[in-house]
Amino acid sequence: MNIYGIRAIYRFEMARTFRTLAQSIAAPVLTTSLYFIVFGKAIGGRMGEIDSIGYGAFIIPGLVMLNLLNESISNASFGIYMPKWAGTIYELLSAPVSWLEVLCGYVGAAATKSVLLGLLILGTARIFVPYQIAHPGWMIGFLLLTAVTFSLFGFIIGLWADSFQKLQVVPMLVVTPLTFLGGAFYSINMLPPPWQNITLFNPVVYLISGFRWSFYGVADVDVAISIGMTLGFLLVCLIYVWWVFKTGYKIRT
Amino acid sequence: MSVNSSSPIISLRGINKAYAGGFQALKNVDLDIERGEIFALLGPNGAGKTTLIGIVCGIVKATAGTVVADGYDIVRDYRAARAAIGLVPQELHTDAFESVWATVTFSRGLFGKPPNPVYVEKVLRDLSLWEKRDAKIMTLSGGMKRRVLIAKALAHEPSILFLDEPSAGVDVELRHDMWRMVRELRANGTTIILTTHYIEEAEDMADRIGVINKGELIVVEDKAVLMRKLGKKQLTLSLRQPMSDIPDDLAAWSLTLAVDGQSLVYSFDSQEEETGIAELLRMLNAHGIDFKDLSSSESSLEDIFVSLVQQSRETPA
Repeated sequence: MNIYGIRAIYRFEMARTFRTLAQSIAAPVLTTSLYFIVFGKAIGGRMGEIDSIGYGAFIIPGLVMLNLLNESISNASFGIYMPKWAGTIYELLSAPVSWLEVLCGYVGAAATKSVLLGLLILGTARIFVPYQIAHPGWMIGFLLLTAVTFSLFGFIIGLWADSFQKLQVVPMLVVTPLTFLGGAFYSINMLPPPWQNITLFNPVVYLISGFRWSFYGVADVDVAISIGMTLGFLLVCLIYVWWVFKTGYKIRT
Repeated sequence: MSVNSSSPIISLRGINKAYAGGFQALKNVDLDIERGEIFALLGPNGAGKTTLIGIVCGIVKATAGTVVADGYDIVRDYRAARAAIGLVPQELHTDAFESVWATVTFSRGLFGKPPNPVYVEKVLRDLSLWEKRDAKIMTLSGGMKRRVLIAKALAHEPSILFLDEPSAGVDVELRHDMWRMVRELRANGTTIILTTHYIEEAEDMADRIGVINKGELIVVEDKAVLMRKLGKKQLTLSLRQPMSDIPDDLAAWSLTLAVDGQSLVYSFDSQEEETGIAELLRMLNAHGIDFKDLSSSESSLEDIFVSLVQQSRETPA
């Protein structure tokens, strides 16, 4: 096990964040504040409770997930795309590190960053809305699991992308719509019946539902299914990355 | 694994590389690099030099063949093999926003070595980078970036160092520094494999030379032997009176007239016991051919190289 190698990658990636600390913090804090002002106060004030939870509090888990998914994907995809783009990947390919160690470094750093950001958003939300966390352990668990899974997904996008456009296309055209349609701002029970079933094909539904359950003890789908779906997606991503490194697809000629 | 110090430090057997488009970049390359030598790989652009280096370093996958580096198979025991190798790539690939210190420290860690600020400092000082240790790489000149890449390659104390076209785009001062450092590294037991277009440097630096063309290793020879084998000398006589034709009875000598007829060039093998110079001069005297000056020159590695590549084109394998 090349511990020094993992540590080097992890530190390198974390240093990248800390170089741009102001915008790393300011941007998500600002957007979250805007969401709370618009959805929580202006619109939410005219809405009734959902599952006996005030609307402002109801949207918190969804908002955290929204940011967690976007940040995990963009951090990890950018992290591995940059060396490919700049050509510095030669060093990674010639180093005595296994694919699992490379993953631990890149995905570990990306997940760390998005978890920190998730906690920061929760802190910001506190300024606007009082909320409780019914199952703090599970809350952290969902946060970590989602951060790792989607950092892994982002890593795959970074490996696959061969232009900055491609780097943006999956988060913009796939992840953002799925998150908005995944029950971040509503309960899927509010949808008309056929859409309630269709929406179950959206993996983000399970993430948000499980995460919301850890806050308020209510969920759109069974918590066990939420965990199972997330773990399943994690496994699929792991297998894909293993295959990429094994065959050298897109990284080793 | 104990490694016999007399065995080659790198051993390539039957290395082939075909790219997806069908282009055959390397054809059945067998090569042994001896421990502690400076080996120069020479070849025109696209000959397969960088591909060959890429395969040994793990960046390119060989289609067939095996490579053993420092006693370890580069695929099966990739960790041990790669830990022994440092690579300075041809292109200036650097992390623009990182500081010199951070990027060199990163390289050391990536290759599995515990932090050693004293060693990193020594590497930076040796490469005249110490003053720039906190500078962002993007603010450095091309020559300084090259130094950074060398520092990164040396950060994990490799026993094998690959320098892929290290002189490309480098100023005279850095080139001198670099070659001085290469000699020091060799003196400390590091094996160095370099590719270069500056053939004089290979001639100056290398112990052995391998010539590669169109993916085939044409010749691998001790530099001195290669020079002796293929070394031709030329004697050039500047004539007082221009000549239009060479007299018939001088046909036994391989003489050529320079284009303007002002000089006569005699090519001979410097290794021969009898060079024929004395006899030639007597004959010229007998014909009343007078000359005002004479000079002799030895064929450079460049000439040898060009003739080798031509030979291999004329006699396809």
